[in-house]
Amino acid sequence: MSATTNESSSDVASGDGIDRTLLLGRPHRRHGLQWLTAGIVLFVIFMVAYSLVTNPRFEWDVVFGWFASERLFSGLIRTLELTAISMVVGILVGIILALARLAPNFVIAGVASFFVWFFRGVPVFVQLLFWGFIAAIYPRISLGIPFGPEFFSVDANVLITPFLAAILGLGLNEGAYMSEIVRAGLLSVNRGQTEAAKALGMRRLTILWRIVLPQAMKVIIPPTGNQTISMLKTTSLVSVLAFPELLYSAQLVYSANFKTIPLLIAASLWYLLVTSVLSLGQYYIERHYNRGSGKQQKKSILTRFMTKARSQTLTPGEQP
Amino acid sequence: MTDVVVEARGVIKNFGTLHVLKGIDLTIRRGEVTCIIGPSGSGKSTFLRCINQLESLDGGYIIVAGEPVGVKLKNGRVEAQSNVESARSRENIGMVFQSFNLFPHMTVLENICEAPIRVKKENRAIVRKRALTLLDRVGLVSKAQTYPAALSGGQQQRVAIARALAMEPRLMLFDEPTSALDPELVGEVLDVMRGLADAGMTMVVVTHEMGFAREVGDHLIFMDEGLVIEHGNPRTVLNSPAHDRTKQFLAKVL
Ligand SMILES: Nc1ncnc2c1ncn2[C@@H]1O[C@H](COP(=O)(O)OP(=O)(O)OP(=O)(O)O)[C@@H](O)[C@H]1O
Ligand SMILES: [Mg+2]
Repeated sequence: MSATTNESSSDVASGDGIDRTLLLGRPHRRHGLQWLTAGIVLFVIFMVAYSLVTNPRFEWDVVFGWFASERLFSGLIRTLELTAISMVVGILVGIILALARLAPNFVIAGVASFFVWFFRGVPVFVQLLFWGFIAAIYPRISLGIPFGPEFFSVDANVLITPFLAAILGLGLNEGAYMSEIVRAGLLSVNRGQTEAAKALGMRRLTILWRIVLPQAMKVIIPPTGNQTISMLKTTSLVSVLAFPELLYSAQLVYSANFKTIPLLIAASLWYLLVTSVLSLGQYYIERHYNRGSGKQQKKSILTRFMTKARSQTLTPGEQP
Repeated sequence: MTDVVVEARGVIKNFGTLHVLKGIDLTIRRGEVTCIIGPSGSGKSTFLRCINQLESLDGGYIIVAGEPVGVKLKNGRVEAQSNVESARSRENIGMVFQSFNLFPHMTVLENICEAPIRVKKENRAIVRKRALTLLDRVGLVSKAQTYPAALSGGQQQRVAIARALAMEPRLMLFDEPTSALDPELVGEVLDVMRGLADAGMTMVVVTHEMGFAREVGDHLIFMDEGLVIEHGNPRTVLNSPAHDRTKQFLAKVL
């Protein structure tokens, strides 16, 4: 009790052997383990780099020659187009499915659940093949009154180009996954928000668009970023439809010059580069939708790195 | 002039087999402040939510400002209102929740301006001016550009009141507006409500603040188990309750 009544905190007279002066300092952090792991990692990096540089079969001159080539670049552009359009289709289909599954009308909810069940259950590769071979199932696609007159009829092979087949296959499959993500987002918004909006006389669409969706975004955005990155890579499956996206462009080149490994590396480097850019974009979008939450987002390594980089551009005195 | 703003007759509400409201009768006239007290689970919130259709009725009717709630009369039959019609009738009724329910992704000013702009399609500049006037009234002009997360509970509730007032409602419903607040913040919210009552707003207030009910209320209603047990002048009910259940309840809370 003498320690609490005595003003001097450095007093050790209480006889319990605890040095109060030392307690006033901040605890010493031990970095031993961190140094050890850093050492191991550095060693592994060195070994990998050594083999990359010295193994002649990587043919780095060939890799970089083709990396910057016109043919791979136009393949990359098509890959980006496919990714963007399929994601837009996927997100729109996902929002519609999510709303349908939450609808009070159980017929609508049932149809949406069936759609999700089907498109999540069949591998996307198989779906792409089906869309590619649609002409074998429905040689002609027509618009008209069922069992009545036709207004419009077209050869399926003309209508469903490899590009459209790819968009349908990737987009609808993505929609099934996005519906789960959007649904989780919508359900994450507190019921009080909808009630407050209702009490103000807001219409249902306004409530969805202005109140619920913006708040659901916080939950929807991070997995959607992952889906986009995943989609970028999944587009490589479209090579089976002979659509010259990035991978198929590389395949066309190496089937002629047999430089298989260097071309696969060149394509991989492009995929890596774009996914890195997408991750960076995701960081900024997440930050935007976190506004008003009053909390610092604390998540990925990238986020931690970016936050640190930003705070270091400020002088110590001025806090953001 | 004593025109009726709320006329509730035989209001019944069930949640499954749970009978929450068992026939509520209540008349509220313009400019009156009606306070509702009663034990937890007695149906106070449910009744309030019935008035602006956050819950549907299972029996009886409510007429607010001359319009039946949730239904319309057509060709001599009652029909349910459409979603849009329900939304339109809610425009005239402001509601303040125990948990504030401000929109966290909008600034204080955006919270207040949202409904008048989106619902009533009013001019932005005019709404903004009115919002700032309202913020001044609740003493929060300096917080116009702040997000709700950065406000204290009392400040959030004052913004919520301003947000409801921005729709220029004819009736304000308060569901325990101070129950989620630290004791030292209760006063600032009650002051705003007192000012509103003085300005002639018609108000229904579910509350545990007996002092407020006594000083500001024109009527006091004691509810228990889905029924109005006692209804009268607040001083009379609080000082000399007529019913045993009211006495027991007041003995516990006073
Ligand atoms: N959505 C709902 N579904 C099922 N039961 C409900 C629902 N809302 C309320 N209840 C029940 O109805 C009864 C009355 O609830 P209500 O919220 O109206 O009480 P209250 O008088 O406001 O109580 P408190 O003072 O605790 O707020 C309670 O038993 C509650 O559990
Ligand atoms: Mg309640």
